[in-house]
Amino acid sequence: MSILVFVESAEGRVKKTSIEAVAYAAAMGGDVTAIALGNDVDSSELEKLGNYGASKVLHVDDERLNQGVIQAYSSIIAKAMEDSSAEVLVLANSSLGNPVSARVSVKVGASLVSNVTDLPDTSAGFKVKRSIYTGKAFANVELTKEKKILAIKKNAAEIKETGGTATVEKYSVDLGDSDFGAKITKTDKATGEVLLPEAEIVVSGGRGLKGPENWGMVEELAKELGAATGCSKPVSDMDWRPHHEHVGQTGVKVSPQLYIAVGISGAIQHLAGVNSSKYIVVINKDPEAPFFKAADYGIVGDAFEIVPKLTEALRAAK
Amino acid sequence: MKILVCITHVPDTTSRIAFTDGDTKFDTNGVQFIIGPYDDYALARAVELKEQLGGSITVLNVGGAETEPTIRKALAIGADDAIRVNAEPKDSFFVAEQIANAAKDGGYDLILMGRESIDFNGGMVHGMVGELLGLPSISPVMTLDIEGDTAKMAREIEGGKEYLEVKLPFVAGCQEPIAEWKIPNMRGIMSARTKPLNVVEPSGNGENTKLEKYELPPAKGDVKMIDAENVGELVSLLKNEAKVI
Ligand SMILES: Cc1cc2nc3c(=O)[nH]c(=O)nc-3n(C[C@H](O)[C@H](O)[C@H](O)COP(=O)(O)OP(=O)(O)OC[C@H]3O[C@@H](n4cnc5c(N)ncnc54)[C@H](O)[C@@H]3O)c2cc1C
Repeated sequence: MSILVFVESAEGRVKKTSIEAVAYAAAMGGDVTAIALGNDVDSSELEKLGNYGASKVLHVDDERLNQGVIQAYSSIIAKAMEDSSAEVLVLANSSLGNPVSARVSVKVGASLVSNVTDLPDTSAGFKVKRSIYTGKAFANVELTKEKKILAIKKNAAEIKETGGTATVEKYSVDLGDSDFGAKITKTDKATGEVLLPEAEIVVSGGRGLKGPENWGMVEELAKELGAATGCSKPVSDMDWRPHHEHVGQTGVKVSPQLYIAVGISGAIQHLAGVNSSKYIVVINKDPEAPFFKAADYGIVGDAFEIVPKLTEALRAAK
Repeated sequence: MKILVCITHVPDTTSRIAFTDGDTKFDTNGVQFIIGPYDDYALARAVELKEQLGGSITVLNVGGAETEPTIRKALAIGADDAIRVNAEPKDSFFVAEQIANAAKDGGYDLILMGRESIDFNGGMVHGMVGELLGLPSISPVMTLDIEGDTAKMAREIEGGKEYLEVKLPFVAGCQEPIAEWKIPNMRGIMSARTKPLNVVEPSGNGENTKLEKYELPPAKGDVKMIDAENVGELVSLLKNEAKVI
């Protein structure tokens, strides 16, 4: 079976979620080709995808693709699927991967499933498990078309190093004006930070922290843990924190190894965004806060005392 | 400005999720249905754009007769008329095809919907509709303004945003803070009763995926409480028991 994997990069490196997508494809078995777009990632970085199971990487080193142009990306990936006779396209769920894969699925007539949480079951037909109801349930679905596209959720596959290197080939597709119909005029992006959707540890703060000026201690704790920072919806609604940190039903859905919630009550809509975390720690002064029911570890107390103490204890334990 | 807003009819965010018929059907018992929260943002922005620029808003839902109260609510919030494609929404492609067929000859300048539904969370319909109609599609859109024949918007990306411009018509998957949710007022509710709601039959090739079975996640274990005076214990549990730091 021939599998194509769409990989995304940021700050010159392949994203961890995309490495997971390569590992997922490798675990499916078959011949894995990756495709990377833009000239802001170089060949040596792409060769490393061999270590996770890709034999070849198609690189479209066109500067116009350094930005995620949804239509142009879709045209290229659909053509690459055809050229590499790929039966399956694998990619990570992301703000770019999702809209792109939707368009590709129509172009190539593929069955498409997003939020895939496990490897496919191919014992009878081609079936996958996907998360639904914002993590509150799963659905097992069969992909009935000959071509298939799987947009995978974080942690759908374990990253295994194989020691291989991939050959990088230049690849190009003729693009028309319509591929660049949407013009990106500016990008505002945090650099050097751990990104929330990819983080293994997340420290989130809620309305209990009283104001944006109190986030210093949250950031310190996050820094000590190498964690990303998140927040509840009212916190981003009030502009205490940027919108891309908003976790929950209507925000980012995270699946870290560890989620630490500080001064968040644990409303069902917040829990919907964190319920696929491996471990949850809740710090709240109200012993009746609903979040404790969803937690693995809990501390009842004042965040303003506990958070600095926790940072201190982590430092001491190093 | 002719705007089409596609809405889903989904369980309220506080619903208990359960399944029946050997885990092949969603259990609607005691569940309240709402306009999908992301679709509700799209609708709210459509109402604001109509106030600003004039024009009309059509809402569209792919669903059985049971979705009509949800459609009427969208009419009460400010849509002028509605289309219900009379079919069970089987999968993203099925829904996208129905929307594309219904929108094809409608002359819409703007096709808005939520970034994803909150039942299946697919996040795919806007892109499929865009591709089927040969229009640009952009999602997740966090702000949207129209200047002449150009739409200007911000799209959320991991760790920030991207600003874009595109010529109308196009398709957008919307999310907050594009607008504040609107609550229908009495006048809206009264007038919604008589606004046209046209029912059309589905067309097209059908679905690309087949549901086998639903399942619920395993129950969560008990929480271990740690004394506030002893945060060191939390550190050692995270290290030695959970092994996550
Ligand atoms: C359709 C819909 C979608 C929604 N989507 C989301 C979503 O995506 N994400 C989201 O987060 N919410 C969402 N909400 C809102 C949600 O219902 C809650 O209102 C919100 O999560 C509450 O945020 P909070 O926990 O920060 O604030 P609160 O509920 O006000 O909780 C604050 C908590 O802080 C604690 N506290 C106060 N002081 C201290 C202290 N000194 N030390 C320790 N603890 C303290 C309090 O005990 C309390 O538990 C949504 C709501 C709706 C209707």
